[in-house]
Amino acid sequence: MTKKWKISNLYLILVFVILYAPIVYLSIYSFNSADNMTNFESFTWDWYKEVFQDGRLLIIVLNTLVIALLSAAISTILGVIGAIGIHAVRRKRVETSLLTLNSILIVSPDVIIGASFLIFFTILGIKLGFTSVLLSHIAFSVPIVVIMVLPKLQEMSPTLVDAARDLGASRLDVLTKVILPYITPGIFAGFFTALTYSLDDFAVTFFVTGNGFTTLSVEIYSLARQGISMKINALSTLIFLFTLALVLGYYFLNKRRAERPLVRPEVS
Amino acid sequence: MHKRNWYLIPYSLWIALFVIAPIVLIVYYSLLGLDGEFTLANYENFFTSTYLTMTLSSFWYAFLITLFSLLIGYPTAYLLTRTKHKQLWLLLIILPTWINLLLKTYAFIGLFSTYGFANQVLEAIGIGRKQILFTDFSFVFVSVYIFIPFMILPIFNALEKLNPSLVDASRDLGASNWTTFRRVIFPLTLDGVKSGAQLVFIPALSLFMITRLIAGNRVITLGTAIEQHFLVTQDWGMGATIAVFLIIAMAIIMALTSTKRKKGVTS
Amino acid sequence: MKKLVQLFALIFLLSAAILFALDRLNATQGYSGENVLNIYNWGDYIEPELIDQFEKETGIKVVYQTFDSNEAMMTKVEQGGTTYDIAVPSDYAIAKMIDEDLLIPLDQSKIPNVKHIDPRFLDVSFDPGNKYSIPYFWGTVGIVYNRDLIGGDAITSWKDLWKPEYKNQILLADGAREVMGMSLNSLGYSLNETDEAKLQEAKRNLMELTPNIKAIVGDEIKLLLANEEAGIGVVWSGDANEIMSENDKLDYVVPSEGSNVWFDNIVIPKTAKNVEGAHKFIDFMLDPENAAKNTDYVGYSTPNKDALRLLDPEVAEDERFYPGEDVTDKLEVYENLGKEMLAHYNELFLEFKMHSK
Repeated sequence: MTKKWKISNLYLILVFVILYAPIVYLSIYSFNSADNMTNFESFTWDWYKEVFQDGRLLIIVLNTLVIALLSAAISTILGVIGAIGIHAVRRKRVETSLLTLNSILIVSPDVIIGASFLIFFTILGIKLGFTSVLLSHIAFSVPIVVIMVLPKLQEMSPTLVDAARDLGASRLDVLTKVILPYITPGIFAGFFTALTYSLDDFAVTFFVTGNGFTTLSVEIYSLARQGISMKINALSTLIFLFTLALVLGYYFLNKRRAERPLVRPEVS
Repeated sequence: MHKRNWYLIPYSLWIALFVIAPIVLIVYYSLLGLDGEFTLANYENFFTSTYLTMTLSSFWYAFLITLFSLLIGYPTAYLLTRTKHKQLWLLLIILPTWINLLLKTYAFIGLFSTYGFANQVLEAIGIGRKQILFTDFSFVFVSVYIFIPFMILPIFNALEKLNPSLVDASRDLGASNWTTFRRVIFPLTLDGVKSGAQLVFIPALSLFMITRLIAGNRVITLGTAIEQHFLVTQDWGMGATIAVFLIIAMAIIMALTSTKRKKGVTS
Repeated sequence: MKKLVQLFALIFLLSAAILFALDRLNATQGYSGENVLNIYNWGDYIEPELIDQFEKETGIKVVYQTFDSNEAMMTKVEQGGTTYDIAVPSDYAIAKMIDEDLLIPLDQSKIPNVKHIDPRFLDVSFDPGNKYSIPYFWGTVGIVYNRDLIGGDAITSWKDLWKPEYKNQILLADGAREVMGMSLNSLGYSLNETDEAKLQEAKRNLMELTPNIKAIVGDEIKLLLANEEAGIGVVWSGDANEIMSENDKLDYVVPSEGSNVWFDNIVIPKTAKNVEGAHKFIDFMLDPENAAKNTDYVGYSTPNKDALRLLDPEVAEDERFYPGEDVTDKLEVYENLGKEMLAHYNELFLEFKMHSK
């Protein structure tokens, strides 16, 4: 038993090492006095100093953050409503076609989404910038939330809802006291995936942004022509450490406050 | 039960605005020639050997990427459910995806290059320098790296809802670990595997950028071709045509997997 | 449920706080004022100090945005919804933008500094009489090679690339015109060839090059060559200049058969709101001292003959980047071949890419 434990631990460690290898690599070179990711000359804090002195970069980071948070939150709300809607559909054909439509944005290449949204926004006369970027991010995050939430709804026993209604619960009560608590893990998963999609998106944002509004990935892609400055590495390292601290902090705070696990154990 | 499914209203609005409208635009563009005239030329062009070969190779690589994501992702998800702080570890699996993809790709170029870290390790253990960058291996490796969180997440969720007493029962009845896995655990987590495969396979068909940065354009996927047509050659008609086929392929894959999924749930 | 409500309340509060902070930041940085000049340029393609200097001299606030391909830039301008006052497209893109009526004609009286530009670079085929554009930088397409890696021989022509000893040594830039042009030039044809037989010959010629090709890449070609990942690269002269300053084993040559000469010119797109400021900016950038400073930073070849005098003679007299007339006579600008022919070039290039697997 102990030997097996070691092998499985080793496997997990290996997976994590590979997952974090490029990030560690990036971070190491953010201390490189030469402005490249290949020859490490000597140690320096200069890139970090530059990050903090750059007002434009700060605006870009905040833009990225606010778009990610807002789009993830709004698309989660829309997606949860959509998932409940799809789940309530009785006819199978309708459900399948809704699901297929839902998945189209997940699988369409970013370039197509970007290009078609661009045409679309210009037809509607929406000025390119914050609004158009936010709308597109919400648009492509909704389906992923639906995909994440739907399985939770499907595994929920229909008798649960019926029982609640029999006991006199209103529709709103059913939603807030029965359904939402049950699918909370799915909602969290959907929210975080939406956040991920938004933070990582380049192609769609690139098409629909304008008038001085830029996000971090668009900025990085544009800089790639001249080779990426280690300032960006320094910034990414900071963002990474910040999110890591946030995740760890959130987890342990949550754990101490309520000694129960995030996912409630299945009672069947 | 209820006549009105009002939950569907905002969602349908979203579908109409951001799914149907773009699809209509794409189909419309696929029927346009270079000078904006209506034509089927793009579709004829798609059925030439160049694009058919490209389609085949895209499917092949997407299959490889999905397969390896599953082979590595499943054990990872399984082992994660056994750890003490499993939710934390899961978050830590997702965390790397928040770092910009292009930056990570550049890091991989550094790691895999002729004088890079991977080759230094190979040399130290006596294998010697190998060309890693611009090979099928590096392409599949980096793609799996990008997609694996999307495979692990649904499988992890499926494993979480697995009733442990079923596994215990199987063991008590004398089934070996392998049999238990094959007969009990895997079938019960098949839904997770399916949604993981969907989340990996379909985007893998339309990968681009990695094909250039990591594979040096030795791998050309449908996504690369679309990106080129939209952004470089500005032949939007041809790009839209490939997109139409991609959407059809996706719809077929979705239809196939969703019928089966329904069966497993109605119990 | 409580947890959910808390989380979402927190997110919306946080977003509101960030939006407020952004508003203040934008105001203090002057981005939301009236007197703004929106510049749409390639990434890192201007000396940042010059922007500061321009802002101080004129009181105009500059918003600098970047694009990474002519096509992406054109799409943005074409679709509207943006307010770019200045853009810097390449030659063939300018021809296209003129065709599609996307540019505002320049008021030459407001750009007296145009007199500093070398007449060789004025009145070229893509914009006769410089009605719409003023040269910003120019350069060639050529070969960068690493003497140590390829065995000491100097490369002088496109033909040399086909030598069997360069197996798996060549990196190509990912551009249909560049790669097809290279093949056409090596066969002694024009890189604006439209004859089908010659184009097919050029494609077959390329397929024979396959064993020598390591990869077809984009901007990362600079990084790869500087790191000695491969011995030979087909690149733009500006990129060559940049990597040669990082790795002194590298050399650059404009092949003897002839090659492409390219221009990035400043234009005023139709979307411009501040046409007056745009003219001021163009004139400002043409001032020899400013142009010299910009050239020092960017490292590409300047068309400004008076700026050239202010540069370090070692740079200004470098024949590889400021070639004499004997070389420039053999160079050709990419002509706008029309959509059909361009699509055909792309198909041929795609076939070659699929073959090079």
